[in-house]
Amino acid sequence: MSTTAIFINLFALGCLVLALVKDKGKTKQSLGVAVKSFIRILPTVFIIIVIIGLLMAFVPPDQISRFIGEQAGFGGLLAIAGLGAVLYIPAIISFPLAASLLQSGAGVASVAAFITTLTMIGVVTLPLEIKELGKKMAFLRNGLSFIIAIVIALIMGVIL
Amino acid sequence: MPDKNKPRQEVIRGYVLFAVTLIAAAIILWIFPTKITVATTTAWNYFLEMVMILPAVMVIMGLFSVFVSKELVVKYLGKTSGIKGILLAVFFGALPTGPLYIAFPLAVALRSKGASVSNIVIFLSAWACIKLPQELVELQFLGIKFMAARLALTILFVAIMGIFIEKLIEWTDKKRIGVSQELGK
Repeated sequence: MSTTAIFINLFALGCLVLALVKDKGKTKQSLGVAVKSFIRILPTVFIIIVIIGLLMAFVPPDQISRFIGEQAGFGGLLAIAGLGAVLYIPAIISFPLAASLLQSGAGVASVAAFITTLTMIGVVTLPLEIKELGKKMAFLRNGLSFIIAIVIALIMGVIL
Repeated sequence: MPDKNKPRQEVIRGYVLFAVTLIAAAIILWIFPTKITVATTTAWNYFLEMVMILPAVMVIMGLFSVFVSKELVVKYLGKTSGIKGILLAVFFGALPTGPLYIAFPLAVALRSKGASVSNIVIFLSAWACIKLPQELVELQFLGIKFMAARLALTILFVAIMGIFIEKLIEWTDKKRIGVSQELGK
């Protein structure tokens, strides 16, 4: 087990002990929520793992790096950021996918842009956001998020 | 009870979709047997990495969603402003308390409690992209440097965006008030 995995498990254990000390009933309820979300997210996790396996076996790294690698340029970055904004994948699933893309030749900037727009911008949830908060705020937030995602990605590409 | 059946159907659909993906993958690999080793070892490695952290991540999410009540968030965020407000908005947004669509009504409640526009935008954006369990999974798969750099940059730019949107909305509202006052004369 990697240090990171150990750290995450210890952190969860710590939270669990604290919660148990504070309120047994609520802790039980929390674990119920955890089991339910685990069951719900599991098939999606499995699907993405199968896709990663196929991706690594069939798509040669030079193809990946041609489209979203360093040499893909700004157009490639915009395209992958747009894809992230439109897609609706749970963020937790997007990280292994991002790792596999990085491993097979994708650029840091592209991967950062993809994850950032994926989480920050919700085209699927946009109608709801407009309904609750109004057009002005919803469009401003989502539009500006796209721009800052690109900026964050470019900085990441430079510093990493 | 329709409320209980709908999520169950979604879960079943998820597993059916997984079965279809698995069968499709098996057929593809059966056609290209030379790719089997790479595909299965890669998938297995990612599976192991995921299995080691997923239960823990789910426990953390479950605990926070039950223990941090919506009332608590509204109570604290409604009245704090300035740097403290920004930090608090990021903090509450980052707590793993549910999907984004839960945050919209919460943002409306915040607004009626007098929270500033910048805090609401920062809170929403943090809720969307700086979730604690997400950061942990990012740490596991992409490493500390990637995760920390993206986290720091995201907090910084989300804060700037929040303040910018607030100023912009204030400015357009003022212009509109100015116009209506002139019309009233």
